Amino acid sequence: MRPGLLASALVVARKDLAIEFRTRTAFLAVLMFAILGVAIFYFAWDVTAVAAIDLAPGVLWVIFTFSGLLSLQRSFGVELADRAMDALLLSPIDREAIFLGKALANLIFVSGIQLLTIPSVGLLYNLPLGHALPILFAIALLAAVGLVAVGTLFSAMAANTRLAELLLPMLSLPFFVPVVYGAAQATSTLLAARPMAEAWPFLKLLIAFDLVFLTACTLAFPYTLEE
Amino acid sequence: MTSASFGGEASAPLSVSQRAPLFDWLFVVAVIGMAMAYVRAIFFTPIEALQGAAQKIYYLHVPAALSAYISLGVVALTSIVYLWLGDERADRLAESAGEVGLLFLTAVLTTGPLWGKPIWGTWWTWDARLTLTLFLWFLTAGYLVLRGAVEDRAMRARYSAVLGILAALLIPFIHLSVYLFNTLHPMPIVLKPEKPSMPTEMLVTFLGFFAACTVLCIALIRARYRYGVERDALRELESAGGEGY
Repeated sequence: MRPGLLASALVVARKDLAIEFRTRTAFLAVLMFAILGVAIFYFAWDVTAVAAIDLAPGVLWVIFTFSGLLSLQRSFGVELADRAMDALLLSPIDREAIFLGKALANLIFVSGIQLLTIPSVGLLYNLPLGHALPILFAIALLAAVGLVAVGTLFSAMAANTRLAELLLPMLSLPFFVPVVYGAAQATSTLLAARPMAEAWPFLKLLIAFDLVFLTACTLAFPYTLEE
Repeated sequence: MTSASFGGEASAPLSVSQRAPLFDWLFVVAVIGMAMAYVRAIFFTPIEALQGAAQKIYYLHVPAALSAYISLGVVALTSIVYLWLGDERADRLAESAGEVGLLFLTAVLTTGPLWGKPIWGTWWTWDARLTLTLFLWFLTAGYLVLRGAVEDRAMRARYSAVLGILAALLIPFIHLSVYLFNTLHPMPIVLKPEKPSMPTEMLVTFLGFFAACTVLCIALIRARYRYGVERDALRELESAGGEGY
């Protein structure tokens, strides 16, 4: 890593978050989507037959996957207007730093959604989260890193294609399988109050995914830009 | 064995004499080989004692799966080569192998349930190997959709190479996920029995089918590659002609 990579990544992340903070439209819209999704899921199964605690992990992770896709969509979408991407590429920072900055901004965005959605699932589904909450947030963060690494890269690619918002889910969802699987299994271990040692293989899966794809996507990102 | 036939330089428009001949001998060999393999499998190979006629699907199913793996391996390798050297022949080979890979994966996913219904009693089960094949199909289809969605040729080559490499990295993770899943929730099915010894007659049929299928796979990739060369040459002629008028 060249010196200044992380510093310039922080600048890019701050720029994206400043745009988001000043408008606040995307965050509120995605949050609404997530909570609406949680509410709608409640009506999609027979509550007398299946306990909410058995379905909550699945609901949570399906919702995070789709709300994550929604938020990743605008990551490079905002750079299309007025060809803002060209200005970003002209600035004297590494292309890897642009990727890491964008990914960091997306991570903060997605984590913010999770931070608010998880308690609302606990509330609406009447789950005894309590002491499990910190570990649940940690699992969510591990999963979010993987989702955001892959999603940011595909968002950059999809923004330049004819299909744009259709292509992002099509490319990303197969990549989300190990993440959603690992996170949902770890969550259900946690919610069922089974020993966390049972969840360790899934956490290892998430950590390995994060490391491999954060590295691979950072290295691949420069190839997705116009030469 | 095919590298010699990929020699046509695509950047320069091809003259008539350079064009690939209309008669594709390798493809003809492959089709005849497949026909012979089918005839032998259907009429000259004994019916398996326990599974009955359904077992004969095996002769097509397994070679098709192996051909799909070969094609997808070619996609992964040529993706790396493209990002490394920027040679557009690597990109065209990846495009050809991706399409042929999807074809063979579709054959695997069609013949599998046909065998599974009489033998397992179900068309589909979320067994590790089935799930992995299904996701390979999704990834390959997504790869081809991406190729169709990018207009610019160099950009399309770079995007699809990036996706090809990331998909190759993803496969071990999906593999691990489905095996973790499988060990935690064992399915009440008998996996395909690994026969220590297959009767010679069946083994010969299988190997014959395998050889024919591999030749067909190579012939299809080669034919698709040649089509790509001509298509690109035609596009260049058209754009050159457009400037002239």
